[in-house]
Amino acid sequence: MTKARELFDRGLAELRDRILELGTMVETAISQAFRALREQDREIARQVIAGDEQINARRYDVEECCLRLIATQQPTARDLRAIVAAIHIVTELERIGDYASGIAELAIRLAGQPFLKPLIDLPRMAQIDQEMVCASLEAYLAYDPELAFNTARRDAEIDQLDDQIYRELLTYMLDDPRTIPRATYLLWVSHKLERIADRVTNICERVVFMATGEVKEFNF
Amino acid sequence: MSKLETCDLRLYYGDLEALQGISMHVEERRITALIGPSGCGKSTFLRCFNRMNDTIPGARVAGQALLDGQDIYAPDVDVVELRRRIGMVFQRPNPFPQSIYDNAAFGPRVLGLARAAPPWNRRRWDGMRERAGLDEIVEQSLRAAALWEEVKHKLRSSALDLSAGEQQRLCIARVLAVKPEVILMDEPCSALDPAATLRIEDLMRELQEQYTIVIVTHNMQQAARVSDYTGFFWLGRLVEYDQTAKIFTRPAQELTEDYVTGRLG
Repeated sequence: MTKARELFDRGLAELRDRILELGTMVETAISQAFRALREQDREIARQVIAGDEQINARRYDVEECCLRLIATQQPTARDLRAIVAAIHIVTELERIGDYASGIAELAIRLAGQPFLKPLIDLPRMAQIDQEMVCASLEAYLAYDPELAFNTARRDAEIDQLDDQIYRELLTYMLDDPRTIPRATYLLWVSHKLERIADRVTNICERVVFMATGEVKEFNF
Repeated sequence: MSKLETCDLRLYYGDLEALQGISMHVEERRITALIGPSGCGKSTFLRCFNRMNDTIPGARVAGQALLDGQDIYAPDVDVVELRRRIGMVFQRPNPFPQSIYDNAAFGPRVLGLARAAPPWNRRRWDGMRERAGLDEIVEQSLRAAALWEEVKHKLRSSALDLSAGEQQRLCIARVLAVKPEVILMDEPCSALDPAATLRIEDLMRELQEQYTIVIVTHNMQQAARVSDYTGFFWLGRLVEYDQTAKIFTRPAQELTEDYVTGRLG
């Protein structure tokens, strides 16, 4: 292997490391935001919101890395697709971070009030979201279109849970209008968790493009 | 301290100001690329460092050019020694019409760099002793120029029988044989095919660990691929000089941007 290729490979490895790092930060943000909601902990929520700044900064770091690689290495074929995919993927991860931050804000609003009902479906959605983020990045690392496809498929589970939550909260609201504020906030949490899964689906589409060159839309 | 530095360096051909007040520094053990259109002064600037412009009638330098902080144009400078410390590789490979061995050995022979003969019985031992020292130097230089494996079995054959890419690597070996500190390269790959070009670029990256390299190139992609710093020349002026990644992603000067994006001639 030429030294040029070695240098380039090192640059690509650095890019991958940074994306993984960002992925871990985002997974943690989802988990901590949900913990803040579950434990009604305003302090944890505030930390998630403050942490979003770092996620944003990391996203720009990765973009900068990509710009530099494109300008100095003239990548082609798989390398070019990987770099372009990286730019899209970190944009999606950054948006997921925003949703986590949004959930933390809702946790602050809900803190101090009794739970409408025990949280069952929402934690399940949050768990699936985290697993999807993790799996999508595994697929990215491994250039694995099959794993990407199977990960994106789980969006259907999330949509089902979101639907369930909506119907359930609707009955609460119809039953007792005093529950409307809390129910609305919970609806918004559910909505953000559902959007997170959509973003992960986009990541999976990019992984398939990167690995195969094919543009496939996943609609589950 | 920078390895090379210029302070308001100007060069005149008679009354014509070919280089206008160039101030820049070249980092040690880095690759610095000089880009710009034909006739913009980049080769002229390069030749200021090893005083090759001295050979041009009517050429006159003002301002300062420094090697390790010392004035290159001071009256007591030994130009031969300067050109040993600052070697040069040219656009067209120009090996001497001699054997491969003699090409690599030329500099050390002339400068007496090979292991000295013992003072006694010089007539008998002189040739052999000198050859032993030279053999090592020749092998080291050819290895360092990534050429040894290709030529080790034919060191006595003519350098002119080598391919263009091999000849260029031999010219690099010739420079390395006298243990320089800086290697100036004036469009070293212009006459080579893409494969030979990539080999030279690879070699540059290896050499950079030990030597300071300044390369003039027309090939912007090459500058972007290979260099750590890039200077953009235009009509005798240094328009912008910065880290290569910056020049090719967000240059500060509009003229630089127009040139690297291909909007200028």
